[in-house]
Amino acid sequence: MTLTAPASWVGTAPTASGGGEGYQTPTPEIFWQPLFELGPITVTNQMAWAAIITAALSFAMIALSKNAAVVPGKGQWLFENFYNLPRNTIARDMIGTRHFRQYLPLIVTLFTMVLFFNLAGSFFGSMMPVTSKIGFPIALTLVVYVVYHWIGVKKHGLGGYFKHMVPGGLPKAVVPVIFPLELITYFITRPLTLALRLFGNMFAGHMLIYLFVTGAFYFLIEGDILLKLVSLPTFLMAGVMLVFELLVQFLQAFVFALLTASYIAGALADDH
Amino acid sequence: MHFTATPASVVSLVPAAEGSMPLIPHWEELVFGLIMFAILWWVVAKKVVPNIEKAYEERHAAIEGGIAQAENAQAEAEAAKAQYEAQLAEARSEAAQIREDARAEGAAIVAQMRQQAQDEANRITESAHKQIDAERQQAAVTLRGEVGRMSTDLAGRIVGHELSESSTRQSIIDRFLSELETGKVQPEKVTASAPGSSTVDGQES
Repeated sequence: MTLTAPASWVGTAPTASGGGEGYQTPTPEIFWQPLFELGPITVTNQMAWAAIITAALSFAMIALSKNAAVVPGKGQWLFENFYNLPRNTIARDMIGTRHFRQYLPLIVTLFTMVLFFNLAGSFFGSMMPVTSKIGFPIALTLVVYVVYHWIGVKKHGLGGYFKHMVPGGLPKAVVPVIFPLELITYFITRPLTLALRLFGNMFAGHMLIYLFVTGAFYFLIEGDILLKLVSLPTFLMAGVMLVFELLVQFLQAFVFALLTASYIAGALADDH
Repeated sequence: MHFTATPASVVSLVPAAEGSMPLIPHWEELVFGLIMFAILWWVVAKKVVPNIEKAYEERHAAIEGGIAQAENAQAEAEAAKAQYEAQLAEARSEAAQIREDARAEGAAIVAQMRQQAQDEANRITESAHKQIDAERQQAAVTLRGEVGRMSTDLAGRIVGHELSESSTRQSIIDRFLSELETGKVQPEKVTASAPGSSTVDGQES
């Protein structure tokens, strides 16, 4: 099975669709990459990569932490440096030294998974961020959504949790206005932005790279002399975008985990 | 999403239609994502985090223990140093004391010696003075007796036996002696007549 170049990548319709001279601009269809059908289930390229990455991460992390010792070996030292980012910078700094250990598995898993699902967009072989399919951001956001509400209800009780949403010390007259706003924030805005931010960044980033790469190839192959010359800066631009996307992919993973930790910290806080 | 609908995608089959709606989740992917998350979470929660956190705990304890040990050693070393310094200071002051004592003792000995020498010298001088005094006294007494006898002999030889009467003779001698002492008598006369007198002297006695 080829994970890299499904048929839908190549424009099937030769008709001009906005781009001049026969070039077909990329559409969201480039993200639809079915591999095979398994009964009613359509397995996609991204699902395959999600499985590969999850398996690789599982084996790698187990191998690197299995013989964790007081004095770390080279592999453990490298892994610790990676592990300390979600552990210290995200979980401990956001949730606080008292409670953060309990949520370490969640934060570490989220950060690692989102990071490598994103980085799949820069791996040769996949060149497609898994998280650019909205199903994956929604799945991870669902987990976060359930967890932080669950923590809040467990800590404050159901009524207490809703009361806790309104900041203390507000004048009574303002509470009816603030409460619906907070309710929307907690139940709609947060999950929506969490999922869409990740999805949007990965989707747009991949789209941009795809545009530059296919455009450059089109210039090189189909264009006249002038356009062939233009293909060089276009390739360069694709390279720049690739590097830029690396940054975005890391940043989005960081932000996703950071916001999760922040939501958990908010649900745990005694005061709003 | 409207801008994405190309004539091709609109007309084409179901997958294309599904693909052109990027905000509608492909439900298999959603479920699959949840499963993948569950797997990785299990791995991280059961294998990775406990192992690493245990290593961190042990490292923390080891470092803390090491620090405590180092602090102990340092405190011990400081105590030893203080003791050593105290001892050194004590020894130094003792040495100074000894030096001071020796100096004082030396000075005392020198002073004592000097005093002793002085005393000895004084004593010698004094005894010499005394001896000289005594000898002079004796000489004076002897001389007085001798001179008196000689004078009497002489006078007796000159003026005859009149002078043998003791009472007058004594007074004459005394007068003569006092004159002699004041230097009124010329000694030449005595010395000139001395050889003669000694013979007379011998005859008379």
